[in-house]
Amino acid sequence: MNTNRPWWRPDGFAVYAVIYLTFIYLPVLFLPLFSFNKSKYIAFPLKGFTFKWYEKMINSPDMLEALMNSIKVGLTVAILSTMLGLLAAKAVTRYRLPGRGPVMGFIMVPLVIPEIILAISLLILITQVGIPLSLWTVGFSHMLLCTPFAMLVLISRMEGFDRSLEEAALDLGENAWMTFWRVTFPIVLPGIVASLLLTFTISFDEFVLSFFLTSTDPTLPIYIWSSLRFPTKLPPVLALGASIFVISFFVVAFAEWFRRRGVKTDGTSGL
Amino acid sequence: MSDAIISFQGVSKHFGSVKAVENASFDIQRGEFFSLLGPSGCGKTTLLRMVAGFEIPSAGEIMIDGQPMSATPPNHRPVNMVFQNYAIFPHLDVRNNIAFGMRKAGLTRTELDKRIDEALELIKLPGYGKRGADELSGGQRQRVALARALIKQPKVLLLDEPLGALDKKLREQMQIELRQLQQQIGITFLFVTHDQEEALTLSDQIAVMSEGEVMEIASPGQLYESPGSRFVADFIGSMNFFEGEISASTDSAVTVQTPVLGEVKVTGSDAGVSTGQQVWVAIRPEKMQPVFSDPGESVNTAGGTMGVSAYLGDRSHFYVHLPQREDPVLVALQNLERSMTHLHKPSQPVWLQWASDAVVVLPRD
Repeated sequence: MNTNRPWWRPDGFAVYAVIYLTFIYLPVLFLPLFSFNKSKYIAFPLKGFTFKWYEKMINSPDMLEALMNSIKVGLTVAILSTMLGLLAAKAVTRYRLPGRGPVMGFIMVPLVIPEIILAISLLILITQVGIPLSLWTVGFSHMLLCTPFAMLVLISRMEGFDRSLEEAALDLGENAWMTFWRVTFPIVLPGIVASLLLTFTISFDEFVLSFFLTSTDPTLPIYIWSSLRFPTKLPPVLALGASIFVISFFVVAFAEWFRRRGVKTDGTSGL
Repeated sequence: MSDAIISFQGVSKHFGSVKAVENASFDIQRGEFFSLLGPSGCGKTTLLRMVAGFEIPSAGEIMIDGQPMSATPPNHRPVNMVFQNYAIFPHLDVRNNIAFGMRKAGLTRTELDKRIDEALELIKLPGYGKRGADELSGGQRQRVALARALIKQPKVLLLDEPLGALDKKLREQMQIELRQLQQQIGITFLFVTHDQEEALTLSDQIAVMSEGEVMEIASPGQLYESPGSRFVADFIGSMNFFEGEISASTDSAVTVQTPVLGEVKVTGSDAGVSTGQQVWVAIRPEKMQPVFSDPGESVNTAGGTMGVSAYLGDRSHFYVHLPQREDPVLVALQNLERSMTHLHKPSQPVWLQWASDAVVVLPRD
């Protein structure tokens, strides 16, 4: 970039970057802004500063229960789909599998099927079989969606590291299990963390599948959606949204720090 | 049977229809520096990986120190390997890399520390213990890989083209160090390489492989001076081949009639040939002496004209055109004087002469 350019005639790319970032973050920043606004209507002008929506948030058991539901489903889905993804990634990258191409294709298909189609077909299947709708059915559908993402992340990590490292561990006297724990796992760990974060996030804000497959226990996105009809219920949702935004910021920052550490110790380009 | 540390008994390995190794049967003696030499895809690495246990033979048996190995997984074999890319664990420092295989050795912390220090001393990297894998140069990584394998005190150390990734100067230095190390600790080394010069420099015995088969096993000197087949003669170093027919043979000497070289007298060749047999006459480039005036002889002499030449620093290569031969003959000459330019004038008449014991006679089908 030309550093001699005067500030009143900025570089085209700089202008583009500023517009881009504004476009992405301005709407998000409305969330904390209105969560501290005294008025219960989400509109300008602002009426004054308050913490009452945060108090209301803490004192609304329905919303906190929905939050807990989402966290429970999210954690379970993240752990299970990452485990499945890890096993699948190991199988795909380490063994000569017959029919590897078609199998991989079918595992990845949920990524491209419109969710609404997936949701309807799952609903039909689950009601036909006679399984009652619950958070379990929601979690199951999230697994279907999250496992391909976990696989993509972990396959790239597994492919990125040299097979002879595992052979070296075997050669130095470790069995397959200890080779996994002493060599494969530590090297793949940044990928596992990335996969956990990604799958948790996908599950946490997944709406369509949850909407179709839940019964009386709403997840957070469904609770928020239903709150839209009641203006008084909305400001606490903004407060919750702002809190989640701050927490995710720190989680992502931590994940990125962890990933960079991983990149540094193995000398390869990470994910 | 003598003191064999590894014995290949009819070992074959097929990948589908590809025959990677075909019926290999030979012994490696205890304490030898043994090389598997061949072009890429000749099966040398597959053979090594079968010794390590990463591949299972399709047929035959590999014995290590008298024990059959077919049912023994890699982690229970008394051999250790230095991998082509060294396979240094990226998440561990040098000390922990070297200590990796010692978890079950039953040493106390202080004993282990002492052993690691000795190993670092052996590879001339004392004080490097806390370095990470990404803070090491190629040569240092190679030494760490060596230490990590040697600390296990294997019966055989397997080396899969360990010098291939190093630059020429460092490679030559590591060759000497490897040889010294092997003589110092006395462990059998099984070394895989495609570099024939490297194999000649390092080995006690070399097995030359081609397309899955072991062509010949001999010492470097034997392989170079009296190769047993045209393939080996061609693969090791450079060689000029001429067609010929045996016209007379006694115990000590044979005479070969060749269309290009005329009559060739050969002594000291142990190829069991008989009169009337079709043979190859093979002469190394450095064993042909060019002279620039007619020597007045016809035996072991051929006249021609000088073609192009190449200056290689320590020696020069000349291509000499002989009548009735399309390809020029390669002649190598040490550059004993600083100016050798008077020798290479194109189209100048030149006579090539060679000693009768410099010629190799090989059967021709």
